Amino acid sequence: MKEEHKEGAHGHKEKYKYGMVIDLDKCTGCGACMVACMTENNVPFRKDESNKLVSTAWMRVFKATNGKSYPDIDVCYFPRPCMHCEGEHGHAPCVSVCPATATDYNYETGIVSQIYTRCFGCRYCMAACPYHARYFNWWDPVWPDKMEKALSPDVSPRMRGVVEKCSFCFHRFQRARDHAYAEGRREIREDEYQTACTQACPADAIIFGDLNNPEHKVYKLKKSPYAFRLLERLGTNPKVYYLSTRSWVRRAGDNYLAGERSK
Amino acid sequence: MDSALIPQGVKRCPFPQFALWIGFLSIFMLWAVVAAGVAWIKGLNTTNLNDYFGFGAWITADLAVIALGGGAFFTGFMRYILGIEDFKHILNFAVIIGFVCYSSALVILGLDVGQPLRSWFIFWHANVHSMLTEVAFCISCYFTVLTIEYIPLVLENRQLDKIPLVHNFSHNLHRIMAVFAATGAFLSFFHQGSLGGTVGVLFGRPFGFREHFAIWPTAFFLFIISAMACGPCFTILVTRITELITRKKLVKQNVIAKLAKVSGWLMVAYLALKMIDTVYWAMVTLPNMGVSVMDMYPESPFTIWILIAELGFCGAIPAIILITEKGRNNNFLLVPATILSCFGAILNRYVMTVQTLALPVLPFDKFVNYIPNWVEWVTSLAPFVYLALLISLSYRYLPVFPQEKELNP
Repeated sequence: MKEEHKEGAHGHKEKYKYGMVIDLDKCTGCGACMVACMTENNVPFRKDESNKLVSTAWMRVFKATNGKSYPDIDVCYFPRPCMHCEGEHGHAPCVSVCPATATDYNYETGIVSQIYTRCFGCRYCMAACPYHARYFNWWDPVWPDKMEKALSPDVSPRMRGVVEKCSFCFHRFQRARDHAYAEGRREIREDEYQTACTQACPADAIIFGDLNNPEHKVYKLKKSPYAFRLLERLGTNPKVYYLSTRSWVRRAGDNYLAGERSK
Repeated sequence: MDSALIPQGVKRCPFPQFALWIGFLSIFMLWAVVAAGVAWIKGLNTTNLNDYFGFGAWITADLAVIALGGGAFFTGFMRYILGIEDFKHILNFAVIIGFVCYSSALVILGLDVGQPLRSWFIFWHANVHSMLTEVAFCISCYFTVLTIEYIPLVLENRQLDKIPLVHNFSHNLHRIMAVFAATGAFLSFFHQGSLGGTVGVLFGRPFGFREHFAIWPTAFFLFIISAMACGPCFTILVTRITELITRKKLVKQNVIAKLAKVSGWLMVAYLALKMIDTVYWAMVTLPNMGVSVMDMYPESPFTIWILIAELGFCGAIPAIILITEKGRNNNFLLVPATILSCFGAILNRYVMTVQTLALPVLPFDKFVNYIPNWVEWVTSLAPFVYLALLISLSYRYLPVFPQEKELNP
């Protein structure tokens, strides 16, 4: 366990730096992570979800191909939660632009949160996010008959007109911390705080933990030569890493000029 | 019927004709009120906005009317701060245009947010790092200034002016107007710039992001200069349209020509700086992000022609007309030049917001299109009808143009 707080790029003492490593070579694109996320976080849905431009999915699986035709075609699925960007100076793209301080960078965990009751729906944060990880509630949530009783009591449902996004299941962190404190501990074990998508992935492609903690799996995995992050060149400094042994997949994670070598 | 309210010594059309015109404009305004009501009551699902296009027609309209309304602050700045007396003959009119533009911007902003009743959170929970916070503070304050600048004109109505208290109040307001003009200019320089900054700081969006000079992105300065250039053009254009409709000369040509000249040279300065900014963006900023300039203009309607239209047709051509004496003194050249200049500003605000969002940043993401629906179109165009409505009322009942009597004996 980490004994002392580390100092982040922003100058604040950072206790944890939670993040993910997603092994794209293992991901089958099954969508279990999306379903688990929606259930865990009371993500609203409508009868007709065919228009994906107005449908909410905190965890969304993108499909990418190598651009070749059969039989050389290769497909990769990119599960995309919120990247919980740290930015260059601790200012995530969305956090610094929000005019009402409705989105916040938590210096204890590194998690970017959204304060639904403070958001007034200007959508400036959505414009700032290059990952399309933020979603606007175009409608009030309407749950199918009797489903309200099955909603998670730990996550408040969001009303029409506010922005929402992945929270790395922050309520699970709170629960784990409460549990640890009740047992007289001040540190949370790796297995005590895991996101819903991590636990739901049947291929074990999503690994979650403290990126600063050498005892956590993500600490070692992020140092793999096959690890990369999406749109690193923009300076968003995301906390979600991807792994792939396929070079075209790693190249697909960022923009490159024609003829430019990727990492 | 309403002759007692009309300023002395000027002629106005018969009341039924005026009432018919106001009725015609009111029908469109009523349509806009219905559209706004639909958006407010049913929510933003009644628009064509979506999660990829969080900003659309409304933000474009907002930025555009604020740029076009820039004539108010800049004419006031030139009149009161630089002491150019000629501009006092057009300042009242510029203030009315500014008042309409800024009140429209505030209403459209109120429409464009998902929870309008929480709009005050922007002041209560203000994030000092956000450009939008600065915009909200400055626009609200400047609208108050414009209201204070408009009030003395309203109080100059023939009947109101007869009341001693009103007369004295109006007179004293006039005496301290320089203070408000200076305040308005200060606020405007900041919020015009901050509107450019809202896009310029988006480091996750290569199309909009601009390198910083001191603490501001270069778009901050470009937006200020473009508003200073196109605002007076819009004032000239609306003056000429008013003259056409009223069939009267309302402002002397030397005033118009001087304003056009200032606008023209500011456009030249803007174009020069914009060119430098665009070249740096294309040669340094974009390659550092791994994209080329042609990646930013991938397909219709966002082809390279949109840049050529903005800087060439709507930039260089009107600038050349306005800086040449023959051009700005010839109505057949001046009016098209002002139209092109205003259209250039609208186009600039459109690409800086909508195109910035339209271009996918993730390499495996897709390009999606967005076309505003009737709710967005009607409410976005309503400011122009509102402008016609307020100008009609002000022109009929208030002494808007100081030179009118002299020019129409």
